[in-house]
Amino acid sequence: MVRSILIAVLVIGVAGTAFWGYQEHQEKNAILINAENNYQRAFHELTYQVDLLHDKIGTTLAMNSKKSLSPALADVWRLTSQAHSDVGQLPLTLLPFNKTEEFLSNIGDFSYRVAVRDLDDKPLSDKEYKSLEQLYKQSADIQKELRKVQHLVIKNNLRWMDVEMALASGKEKADNTIINGFQTVEKNVTGYDEASFGSTTFVNSQKRDENFKKLKGEQISKKEAVAILRKYSGIDESNDAKVASSGKGSNFKFYSVSIGNGETEASMDVTQKGGYPIWYINNREVKESKISLNKAAEHATNFLKENKFEKLELFESVQYDKLGIFTYVTVIDGVRIYPDSIKVKVALDNGQIVGFAAEEYLRNNHDREIAKPSLTLEEAKKETNPNLKVMEERQAVIVNDLNEEVLCYEYLGMLGNDTYRIFINANTGEEEKVEKLKNAEPIYEEVL
Amino acid sequence: MNSRFKWLCTSVVMVLVCSFMMISSEGEKADAFTNQVIQHGATGEDVIELQSRLQYIGYYNGKIDGVFGWGTYWALRNFQYEFGLPIDGLAGAETKEKLVKASKYNKKFVQEQIQKGKKFSHYGGTDLSKQKGTGGGGGGKPAQQPKETPSKPTAANTPNGFSQNDIQIMANAVYGEARGEPYEGQVAVAAVILNRIDSASFPNTAAGVIFEPGAFTAVADGQIYLTPNDKAREAVLDAINGWDPSSNALYYFNPVTATSDWIWSRPQIKQIGKHIFCN
Repeated sequence: MVRSILIAVLVIGVAGTAFWGYQEHQEKNAILINAENNYQRAFHELTYQVDLLHDKIGTTLAMNSKKSLSPALADVWRLTSQAHSDVGQLPLTLLPFNKTEEFLSNIGDFSYRVAVRDLDDKPLSDKEYKSLEQLYKQSADIQKELRKVQHLVIKNNLRWMDVEMALASGKEKADNTIINGFQTVEKNVTGYDEASFGSTTFVNSQKRDENFKKLKGEQISKKEAVAILRKYSGIDESNDAKVASSGKGSNFKFYSVSIGNGETEASMDVTQKGGYPIWYINNREVKESKISLNKAAEHATNFLKENKFEKLELFESVQYDKLGIFTYVTVIDGVRIYPDSIKVKVALDNGQIVGFAAEEYLRNNHDREIAKPSLTLEEAKKETNPNLKVMEERQAVIVNDLNEEVLCYEYLGMLGNDTYRIFINANTGEEEKVEKLKNAEPIYEEVL
Repeated sequence: MNSRFKWLCTSVVMVLVCSFMMISSEGEKADAFTNQVIQHGATGEDVIELQSRLQYIGYYNGKIDGVFGWGTYWALRNFQYEFGLPIDGLAGAETKEKLVKASKYNKKFVQEQIQKGKKFSHYGGTDLSKQKGTGGGGGGKPAQQPKETPSKPTAANTPNGFSQNDIQIMANAVYGEARGEPYEGQVAVAAVILNRIDSASFPNTAAGVIFEPGAFTAVADGQIYLTPNDKAREAVLDAINGWDPSSNALYYFNPVTATSDWIWSRPQIKQIGKHIFCN
C-alpha cells in the first residue's frame, strides 16, 4: 500500500517536472528566437543599406548638375549612418570589426561635407572626384562580400545565435561561414588607406593627436601634483594621497591624484608638463541649496582668478538640482574664443568648487591674434535668415565643420518661440554654424 | 576723539536701523521673491514666480515651468528695456522690485496648477479660472497636497544634444556596470560611453553604443535594468558636461574577471578602482 502510494507520488513528480522542464524549454526557445530575429533584421538591413549605398555613390559619379549632387550626397550620408547603426547591432564585438565601421563613417563624413558645401562656389575638386570613385569601388567590394555571406546564410539557414556562441566559446569551427565572411570583409577594408579620401575629412582624429602640445612649463614631480590637489580640495596633510602616472595607452603624460578624508573623495588628473589640472572632482554629499546660482557664479569666477586662469568670461550657467555648472570661455578684445572653454561645478549648499574641467581649454588655448574681419556686422547680418529676430550680436571664434578655427559674427536671436545661435564667417559671409538652443525639457515623471 | 566715537556710534545705529527696515520690508512682501539674484539657467520657486509675474504683464508667453531658459531670458530683458532698467538679463533687487510693483502673483493658484500637473497660464486681466488647464494630473492624487510644500519646477535643464531619456539609459548602464566603484570611476565609465559615441569605430548614438551586443556585461546579464541611484545620474551629467577621468579611453575591463586575451593587448591608460581603462 505504502509502496504504491510512493510510486504514484513519484510518477506525478516526474511527470510534473517533465512538464515544467518542457515549458521552460519553450520559453527559452522563444527568447532565443527573439534575439535571433533581431540579429537577422540588423544583418539584412545592413546588406540592404550597403547595396543602396553603392548604387547612390554610383549615381553621384554620373551627375553633373550641382543642384542634384548635394541632395544625393546627403542621401549617401544618411545611408552610411543607418548602415553604421546596423553594424552596431550585430554580435561581432568579439571580432575585430572596427575597420568596417570606420570605413562607413569615413564615407559619411566625406559625403556630408561635400553635400553641405556650396558647390557653386567651390565645386568638387579633381582630388575629391577621385576619392568618390575610389569609394565607389570600395563599397562594391564590401557589397560583394556581404552578399556572399547573405546568400550562404539564407541557403544554409545559418543562425546568428550560433555565431555568438562560437565566438564566446572561442572555438571557431572551420565551417563557420558568417565569421569567415565577415573576416574577409574586415581584411579588405583594412587595406583601404585613410589617405585616399583627400583633405576634406579625418581632421577630427588628427586634431586629437595634438594632445596638449601648446602647453608651456616645466615637468612637475608627483609631490607637486599632490600639492595642487590639496590646494584645490582643501584637504590637508593629515590624509594620505595616492598618485599614479599615466599608462602607455595615453598619448600625453599626466598624474592621477586622489585624496579622501572620509566625507570627501577628491581626485584630479594633472599634466606632467606644467602641472595644469585637466579635471578635478570633489565627491561629497551636497546638502540643501542655500546660495543662488548667481552667487555660485561669483565663487566660480573668483576660483578661476585665484588659479591663474585669465581672460575668461562666464558664458553659460545651468542649475542641476543642487549643483551649478558654469562654462567659461576666453575673451580677447571682446571676441569670444569658444574652443577655449572651462567648466566649473559649484555645490549650491556652501558654494564650494566641487568640479573643474579644462581639457578643451588646455588643448586649444594659445596666444592668438585676432585679425580684423573684412565684413562688417551689418553686412554679415544680411546672410542670416530674415525672419530671425536678432537680440544679441558679437564676434566669436569657433571651430567649424572642417575643424578650422574661424572668426565669425555671432547672432543670438529668436524665431518663433525658439532661440538660435548663428555664426556667420566674418570674412566670407558663409553661414558656418546654426544652433537651435535647447529649451528646458518637461519632466514626464519623477524619475530620480 | 570723543566726536569720532560719537560718529562711529551714530553710523552703527544707522546701519542697524537700515537693516531692520530691510528685514521688516522683507517681511511685508512675504509672497515675493527671496533675496537671490536670479540668472539664466536657474531653477526653482523664484523662477516660477518670475515667469508668472512676467506672464501677468504679457512679456512671457512660454510655459511656467520653473526653469530660467531662453524664453524667460528674453522676456526679462524686454521687461528691463521697457522699464528703463539696465538690460542684463539678471533678476536683481531693482528689477524684482519693479516687477513686483508692476504685476501680481497669485501664488496659490500657480502652485495648485503645478501640483496638479496641469497646463495653465497666468495672464493679467483675464479671469484666472478661465486659465486653469485641462488634462495633466488625471486625478492621481487629489487634494492631499499639504499647503507648505514648495512647488517644484516641472521641467529640467538638460545638456545640449541629450534628452533625459538618453541620460537615463546611460545612468542605467553606469549603475549596472560600476555601482561599486568610486564616483570618479562612474564618471569614467560614462565618459567611455561618450567617447565611443564620438569614435568612428562605434555606433553614433547612446543607445547604439550601450546595446551593442557584447559591449557591456551589464547589458548582457540584465543588470542594466536595475534602477540607478542619483550618483550614477550625476556621473553621467558630469561626463556629458566635459569631465573625462578616463582620458579618452574607449575600453575598460576588470582585470580579475576579464576573460578575453584581446582586451589585455590594448594600450592601458590608467586604473580607477577595479577598472583598467585603455584605448
